[in-house]
Amino acid sequence: MKFQAIDQFAANLKPSTQAAVYDGSKKGYDARTKTLFDHFEDPNRLRRVAGEIKQHVVENLDTYLPQVEAKLQANGVIVHWAATAEAANQTVLDIMRARNAKKMVKSKTMVSEETELARFLDKNGVECVETDLGEFIIQIDGDHPSHLVKPIIHKNRRDIATSFEKHGLGAYNDDPQTITQRARVHLRKKYLEADVALTGANFISAESGRLVLVTNEGNSRFCLAAAKTHIAMVGIEKILPRDRDLALLLNLLARSGTGQQLTVYTEFITGPKSAAQPDGPEEMHVIFVDNGRTDVLASECRDILRCIRCGACLNVCPVYRQASGHAYRSVYPGPVGAVLTPLLAGKKFPEFADLPKASSLCGACNEVCPVNIPIPDLLLRLRNKGKEEHVPSPGTPPMGPWALLATQPTVWKSALVGGKIINHLPTKLLPIPALRAWENKHSLPEWKGGDFRKWMRNRPSKPTTS
Amino acid sequence: MSADREAILSRVRGALAPLHQRAALPDWDNELIHMRSLRGDVDAWTLFQNRMKLVNGLSLEGAPALVAWLAENNWTRGYCDPVLWPRLQAAFQSGFTVETTFDRTRIDDYQFGITRAAGAVAETGTLILTDGTTSSRLAALTPWAHIAVLERSDIYLDLQHAVTALANDPNIVFCTGPSKTADVEGILIEGVHGPGQQVALLI
Ligand code: SF4
Repeated sequence: MKFQAIDQFAANLKPSTQAAVYDGSKKGYDARTKTLFDHFEDPNRLRRVAGEIKQHVVENLDTYLPQVEAKLQANGVIVHWAATAEAANQTVLDIMRARNAKKMVKSKTMVSEETELARFLDKNGVECVETDLGEFIIQIDGDHPSHLVKPIIHKNRRDIATSFEKHGLGAYNDDPQTITQRARVHLRKKYLEADVALTGANFISAESGRLVLVTNEGNSRFCLAAAKTHIAMVGIEKILPRDRDLALLLNLLARSGTGQQLTVYTEFITGPKSAAQPDGPEEMHVIFVDNGRTDVLASECRDILRCIRCGACLNVCPVYRQASGHAYRSVYPGPVGAVLTPLLAGKKFPEFADLPKASSLCGACNEVCPVNIPIPDLLLRLRNKGKEEHVPSPGTPPMGPWALLATQPTVWKSALVGGKIINHLPTKLLPIPALRAWENKHSLPEWKGGDFRKWMRNRPSKPTTS
Repeated sequence: MSADREAILSRVRGALAPLHQRAALPDWDNELIHMRSLRGDVDAWTLFQNRMKLVNGLSLEGAPALVAWLAENNWTRGYCDPVLWPRLQAAFQSGFTVETTFDRTRIDDYQFGITRAAGAVAETGTLILTDGTTSSRLAALTPWAHIAVLERSDIYLDLQHAVTALANDPNIVFCTGPSKTADVEGILIEGVHGPGQQVALLI
């Protein structure tokens, strides 16, 4: 039978990949719950307040954007604007060409994944090296990240050792310590040779213009200690109103994503290096990127712009755990991706209209989200959009018979009793493809329809007290 | 690209125009992010030491303790901030080669780097580095062991206090333990791009 695209991906997933994704995401979720609840009286209050702060920013971007621009300029930062992915990439290239720069080191940024910056620079004769270990491995493999904070969650050490060997990083060795050590040695040279360092930003404070970067490996620190020019690509929604709000969001970000109280390095950057400092950038650029965000802002789903890319909703999602990140066919996987991807796709919405449907609406994503995004509601709105735009939905069983049953009490009652017949039927032979596909992986429990009504009728009318 | 600037801002205004009401900015109390059952009766330095241990960092008191630890690990070549060196020099016996300028063309020659910390955060075991107090960003980052020299009076109790007191400095780094990754099968490995040993030295 024909599945929706995401179901097809899940069905074709190698068992070893599925196991890697399942274990990796479950570990993240368990650590999150423990640190948050050990450390705070009421972590859900933190999430609610953080959500309100970000919603406020999203709904007041018209004032915050010029405000943060002015702050940055006063701090000595050169500010650029890019409406599209192409404009963002071109801006980076122009900055590099004007300085005759040929080499870039890059720390992990999701917005540059959106614009496919590395590929673009490569085509234009600029060497662009990913420095986050996971992203570096993705780059040498020509692969795509499958998780927001653990890009190679889908790979095991043997896969990595094989590609290191293939790319001249030493004979096959799958010891994680050796793999890391080899990357350390290889990348040190790259940092020191680079003319330009590219980063993203996790937050940017409108009050001070401080740009906040978090990493565990220290790659963005190295980028900003070695290169002479710093370019930060920043989505227009990354703003926080005040410096003190940074403290609240930082308290949530690492705990939600990896179960750490803080990531190892939290950098607060306001501009080029100070005069007495021998190392670091002499100039700093910030490129504010739209690339579809204003469309999201204009939609009924603007709440998704609160997202701080922590990955918690991926870790907890039963669909993500089964399907892995590549099933979402875009930069943003998991529940956040199921909302953001179809919206950012613009005219290509129908291509991704299956994503909002790949959810049981269990609500776990909303419960763990550090900015309390009502993801299930947003998924419903997008399903509705798909319906209104008549996007076909392969593999979905027809709802007509169900509607008939559910609206006619007598038909319903006899169906419940008559349903017992299913216990005696070979369901694998039923002429409903969706059911047969489901039956491949599951087995139906025994039909017990009608028993509840009987129980209800025979129940004493008042609760008995002893 | 000022055309892009205008385009983006006008799209933002257009998207927000239909909203009857905009979400207000909530105020919140510092108590909201108070970490519970942490503080007890201990002073800030002891709390900092305890919390630093949890993130695999190491705290030491006094220059002799540092020199003994370096000798134990056989790390004899390093860098020291020229401002600190006169205060530490006496503790270093012969056998150590310590430079007070950092040469970026041979970063792998330095096994340790000693620079000043601007402060620390007790509840998270975090060291604070700034451009103003770090004599060389590379020296604080590239050697296997980084030693940040800390004064007792510079320790903040919690993140909230540290963030609201951020210095007017272009590059502030909060370091919470050694550089690490769990990218390969979720296994924790320390010393990826930065130090594999993070030390706080109280003098
Ligand atoms: S939607 Fe929420 S939980 Fe998911 S990545 Fe974004 S902030 Fe994290």
